[in-house]
Amino acid sequence: MTKLLEVTDLRTYFFTEAGVVKAVDGITVSVDEGKTIGLVGESGSGKSVTAQSVLRIVPRPGKIVGGAIRFDGEDLLTKSESEMRKMRGSKMAVVFQDPTTSLNPVYTVRKQLADILLLHKGLSKDQAYKTALGLLEKVGIQEPESRLNAYPHELSGGMKQRIAIARALSCEPKLLFADEPTTNLDVTIQAQVLELLKQLQKEYGMTMVMITHDMGIVADMTERVTVLYAGKVMEEADTVTLFTNPKHPYTEALLKAVPSVAQTRALEVIPGNIPNLIEPPTGCVFHPRCKFAKDICMKEAPQWETVSDGHYVACHRWRELNLEGRS
Amino acid sequence: MDIMLPATDGGSLTWKGGVENMSVHSGSLLQVNSLIKHFDVVERGIIGRKKVGEVHAVDNVTFDIARGETLGLVGESGCGKTTTGKVLLFLEPPTSGSVIFHGMDVFDAFRKGGSAADAKKLRRGMQMVFQNPYTSLDPRMTIFDILSEPFVIHKNIPKDQWKERVYELLRMVNLEEYHAERYPHEFSGGQRQRIAIARALAVDPEFIVCDEPVSSLDVSIRAQILNLLVDLQQKKHFSYLYISHDLSSVRQVSQRVAVMYLGEIVELAETNALYDNPLHPYTQALISAVPVPDVKHKTTRIILPGEVPSPINPPDGCRFHPRCPYATDICKQVAPKFEDKLVPRHFVACHHADKFVR
Repeated sequence: MTKLLEVTDLRTYFFTEAGVVKAVDGITVSVDEGKTIGLVGESGSGKSVTAQSVLRIVPRPGKIVGGAIRFDGEDLLTKSESEMRKMRGSKMAVVFQDPTTSLNPVYTVRKQLADILLLHKGLSKDQAYKTALGLLEKVGIQEPESRLNAYPHELSGGMKQRIAIARALSCEPKLLFADEPTTNLDVTIQAQVLELLKQLQKEYGMTMVMITHDMGIVADMTERVTVLYAGKVMEEADTVTLFTNPKHPYTEALLKAVPSVAQTRALEVIPGNIPNLIEPPTGCVFHPRCKFAKDICMKEAPQWETVSDGHYVACHRWRELNLEGRS
Repeated sequence: MDIMLPATDGGSLTWKGGVENMSVHSGSLLQVNSLIKHFDVVERGIIGRKKVGEVHAVDNVTFDIARGETLGLVGESGCGKTTTGKVLLFLEPPTSGSVIFHGMDVFDAFRKGGSAADAKKLRRGMQMVFQNPYTSLDPRMTIFDILSEPFVIHKNIPKDQWKERVYELLRMVNLEEYHAERYPHEFSGGQRQRIAIARALAVDPEFIVCDEPVSSLDVSIRAQILNLLVDLQQKKHFSYLYISHDLSSVRQVSQRVAVMYLGEIVELAETNALYDNPLHPYTQALISAVPVPDVKHKTTRIILPGEVPSPINPPDGCRFHPRCPYATDICKQVAPKFEDKLVPRHFVACHHADKFVR
């Protein structure tokens, strides 16, 4: 399997007045071509900033300060801004969480879809219009002709997200980042959008990075998962292994802390709060909240170790702990 | 559709909490009868305003809550669940209907000409925890001021005991005494939500409306708050109306669950009955749509076509019929009755519910 994206020891810091926020602090993640991986974490885990770093759209005062990003055989960090512009939208695209802010309110749907096609594909206006129409049909929008002339505020949240997806797919990118694409949607609409993403991924053979905090979506959509916490990778494995045989206490705690619609069981509490990233905890970043923490966890950062083929964990104590997953 | 739900059959306060214990019946604490809330849609012209329509936010909602019970109220955005919670406490005046709390008519007490003493008594009995702890706490007040403000209003404890009581409240929600001198911005979201819960507890209420209390919190923090709510209930035996769009957390904390769609309750049953054998096609679709955090869980997702119609002109007949895979002619014309004739205590409003009884 060829690796489409390889992020190695990425460091993206935000230089704020209060201090340096280490939003992404040594994240390594790779994505095989044609697969869907999940980047899971809570707020401040660095999942969105990782995607922004790959796309090189980190907002100020953020800066990529270290690491390497290889995409489709090319080194992205040495590319100029104009080279990156050519890649964004055509080779890699992103669907953001909130379609109300990611679509431009002063342009019609037609303009927002056609602009990309004119820029990247060099289509004529007429061809762009026809392609845009086809895209709207593809993402399941009824009466596409009239919707093309609508402004975003005239559409519902679910429909706006479908248009954001249509726009992301317009140039058939190799890699799609879906950054919490359904968090703002109602459950029944979320189901529609997730099904749509699955179906389109199959059809286009696209590689997808699903960024989410919802373990349900991870179980449903992804083949591999990387668990992030406080800007670092805790564990990486294929989805079934991660759920049934987690090796990191944070992964286990996360699995046991979420309620399920399918059954009830006692919820386990993860004590404490998400750490401050200006002064992250010493040693293992999870140690202040970890029920298994020992002296070494406070002093030394754990190494990235191989549990089995394709299953990696960063924990001092993974060998001795007997953790439980969810069946 | 004015059926009283028989939730009560006497009993003692020996409830141990959690969802395992389903029999929580020790007298109905709160009764909601045919509650209606319509908002006027007005158009502003040159000469004054003209009413052009009505938003049917809450339509004929009837339920009751027993002492020590949690009733979950689920639905998608715009279904009227938050409005229901607000109207119950008269934070929004109702259009019609009644709410009886402890034998007192809530709306009579708060309406013009109502008794101020009764209104105060009701405020002490019924409290609310809001969704967003970043906006529900005054940023310029210390935690001590926030938690003792109810004492100023209700004069329920002498001033020399305030400090002791505030500390007690903080301990109840697993915070420390020294937190009393701090301001809200010094706390994380989860801690703020605990302060909001402590404030609700300050007047010793018997009933608390929790409106999406964990939605704005991170996953690892949600379990802290959900468990806290259940623990407090076990100690104090109060009742909750737990409003949420998240079916998983509702299942976790509720003994009974009501499902709302376009302003109406379409199904109401004990939690396991509702989740394991939903009788309304909307409930079925809603439950099947939630991704389950288990890799071996297999369900067929029911994908509903389209979106929730506008509550300004809700569809005739059964309001769900335009999206329902089982809809027939009768569904387009006749609104189904909300009743429990198929399974006792499992209320459902659907013409075809008999097909789904297992």
